[in-house]
Amino acid sequence: MAESPFKADIERVGKEYSEKMTPGAIATIPGSSVINKTGSWRVFMPEFNRDKCVRCYLCYIYCPEPAIYLDEENFPVFDYDYCKGCGICANECPTDAIIMVRESK
Amino acid sequence: MDYKPIRKVVSGNYAAAYAVKHARVQVVAAYPITPQTSIIEKIAEFIANGEADIQYVPVESEHSAMAATIGASATGARAFTATAAQGLALMHEMLHWASGSRLPIVMVDVNRAMAPPWSVWDDQTDSLAQRDTGWMQFYAENNQEVYDGVLMSYKVAEQVNVPIMVVESAFILSHTYDVVEMIPQELVDEFLPPRKPLYTLTDFDNPISVGALATPNDYYEFRYKLAKAHEEAKEVIKKVGREFGERFGRDYSSMIETDHVDDADFVFMGMGSLMGTVKQAVDILRSEGYKVGYAKVRWFRPFPKEELKEIAESVKGIAVLDRNFSFGQEGILFNEAKGALYGTGAEPLIKDYIVGLGGRDFTVPDVKAIAEDMKRLIEKGELDREVDWYHLKR
Amino acid sequence: MEIPESVKKRLTLPAEEHFYAGHTACQGCGASLGLRYVLKAYGKKTIVTIPACCSTIIAGAWPYSTLDANLFHTAFETTGAVISGIEAALKALGYKVKGEDGVMVVGWAGDGGTADIGLQALSGFLERGHDAVYIMYDNEAYMNTGIQRSGSTPYGAWTTNTPGGKKHFLEKRHKKKVIDIVIAHEIPYAATASDAYPEDFIRKLKKAQNTPGPSFIQLFAPCPTGWRSPTDKSIEIARLAVQTAYFPLFEYENGKYKINMPSTKKEPKPIEEFLKYQGRFKYMTKEDIQILQEWVNHEWERLQKLAEVFG
Repeated sequence: MAESPFKADIERVGKEYSEKMTPGAIATIPGSSVINKTGSWRVFMPEFNRDKCVRCYLCYIYCPEPAIYLDEENFPVFDYDYCKGCGICANECPTDAIIMVRESK
Repeated sequence: MDYKPIRKVVSGNYAAAYAVKHARVQVVAAYPITPQTSIIEKIAEFIANGEADIQYVPVESEHSAMAATIGASATGARAFTATAAQGLALMHEMLHWASGSRLPIVMVDVNRAMAPPWSVWDDQTDSLAQRDTGWMQFYAENNQEVYDGVLMSYKVAEQVNVPIMVVESAFILSHTYDVVEMIPQELVDEFLPPRKPLYTLTDFDNPISVGALATPNDYYEFRYKLAKAHEEAKEVIKKVGREFGERFGRDYSSMIETDHVDDADFVFMGMGSLMGTVKQAVDILRSEGYKVGYAKVRWFRPFPKEELKEIAESVKGIAVLDRNFSFGQEGILFNEAKGALYGTGAEPLIKDYIVGLGGRDFTVPDVKAIAEDMKRLIEKGELDREVDWYHLKR
Repeated sequence: MEIPESVKKRLTLPAEEHFYAGHTACQGCGASLGLRYVLKAYGKKTIVTIPACCSTIIAGAWPYSTLDANLFHTAFETTGAVISGIEAALKALGYKVKGEDGVMVVGWAGDGGTADIGLQALSGFLERGHDAVYIMYDNEAYMNTGIQRSGSTPYGAWTTNTPGGKKHFLEKRHKKKVIDIVIAHEIPYAATASDAYPEDFIRKLKKAQNTPGPSFIQLFAPCPTGWRSPTDKSIEIARLAVQTAYFPLFEYENGKYKINMPSTKKEPKPIEEFLKYQGRFKYMTKEDIQILQEWVNHEWERLQKLAEVFG
């Protein structure tokens, strides 16, 4: 499984937050929003059927988060830490390789 | 290099324009309004003749003028704008934005009366109404101080990262010609080196985000930082003022310029060009035996509480000359001075004279009449009233 | 993370990601997707200005940021003015602005902050000819403050201050055509785009990058929250908006109009197709739908004529 690209130096964010209040409200760490795991918002989650996938990449293109990235074999990987369960990927998938199922927690 | 001043006969507005040129300002975004127009006209002339390398943005309103200046300053350039009365009021929202973003913008505000009724003449209410926006304020008494003020303000602003407005009187300074000693470019460059921004938007390897949402958990501390910057600015102002005096012979090391305070019964306190009239009158009054002095407040923000206390301790009375008014209260300088002195133990008789609103002429005989009034009240030992609409005719 | 060359060749968009997850946009938000595309097109050498709008919140509260690019937050009505100032400062500091390796200055504003309160600053920016890109993401209401109508709200749409009710529904005004106002300034490049056609949007962004002078792109960005539509239908709605000619995609380049979609060779789909998923249109009667269809027809015909005459 490939490494998620959604990495930012989260420890540094935490540290700077408490120690260094930059005048002018300057946020110095790009991409630090990844500290917020929006996956907890979900009601439905995308279930991926790799066999049906034709690697058209529409799911990757249309994900608004983005919570889909590509692995070494170029198949989409769903990052459930951030997927909000909007269902756009399932709606756009031309081969029904993605189905939204109700998540049981 | 020896300082050999270049003497020019210029208006206050042209003095400001020359200061902008000498300060090597990089971006000017301004919208015309009487009586500021000749500032931006002169700057445009400099650019057209190749005398100044400035990016000039002829914006479509004062609100956009301040917004564009903020964008330019945030990117890292030295930025300038100018306005008056209605324009200053229109950019009120963005004044908060400039100070909150901690940008060292210098703006010349030409004190002009707020409408309605329409008036283009001298009145301090426009700039004083912006005293809560987090901008520092410097009031110029004459064209020389406009020139010196802009140069010093860039140095102070870029050190403490707080924007500054240099305030001059409509027509009395802006359009009246006087001798101004200007400083050769090389010496200005020594005094005012290129800007080292606190942050810029041009670091593409380490991008930043400026001015995002701050929850109640954080907003308070950001405001405290700005407040602290104002307090620290007092020392910076004095240091820069002293340095200016050592280099160029005109000392600005005190935030209130005073004279004859030690042997005065009372002093006249005020800001801007009307203090020039007061200085003249004080000389005449002293020759007639009155024990008077003056306290010219140069910096209204940050308010020079400490210096005011020293003055108040050595006099029996202060006649505050307010060319402004805060409706539902009293004259603004009077109100602030009274507040600053409360609890300090210094309690001279302080009276507020509302003079010259809308450019009504404030003359030496006016000062003398006020001196008479103050003298009488000090002998009596109490005020007849706190606020005197002195110039009221009908 | 490295995307392999084989994938990059097959991907129809730039592979680099400069927009990170973890932001607080609603599920299915068209605006966040649009901003993701903008950053894919322009990369790191970008300065983005965001006024008060949904994106202010999406971009992250202090001290977090969801963008891997410089971002300056500004007041609601000032986008056009601030990007003018930034562009002037970049030139004063000696940077190259626009072009392949130049700095991209982007104003990313909502329809409220462009069509209404920001119209003056936009007009000034366009008229003065600054080298920057202004992108208006159109979700057809003031969404950030809770779905109030804007000048860009279409006929018949429910919003909180033009609600449907027992007596009348209140939105009887047609959508303000900001793109026409922009084209009246005769700028070198203006275009409309939709979230459902990202390759087209990115192509237009690249064209704006390589066209000197001011550029304007109006992006159709669905809002499931404000439009009362299912979150998974956002892209489909954006597609139907184009296919029904409600929001045709076209470009205005140096005085010439060029229609991209829908095809002029056949009839566009009926407007009911666009309305069907959106709960905000539920108060419309058959007459109202007819009125909207007539407006769409009129605007589409006008655009086709413009493309013929100024093609």
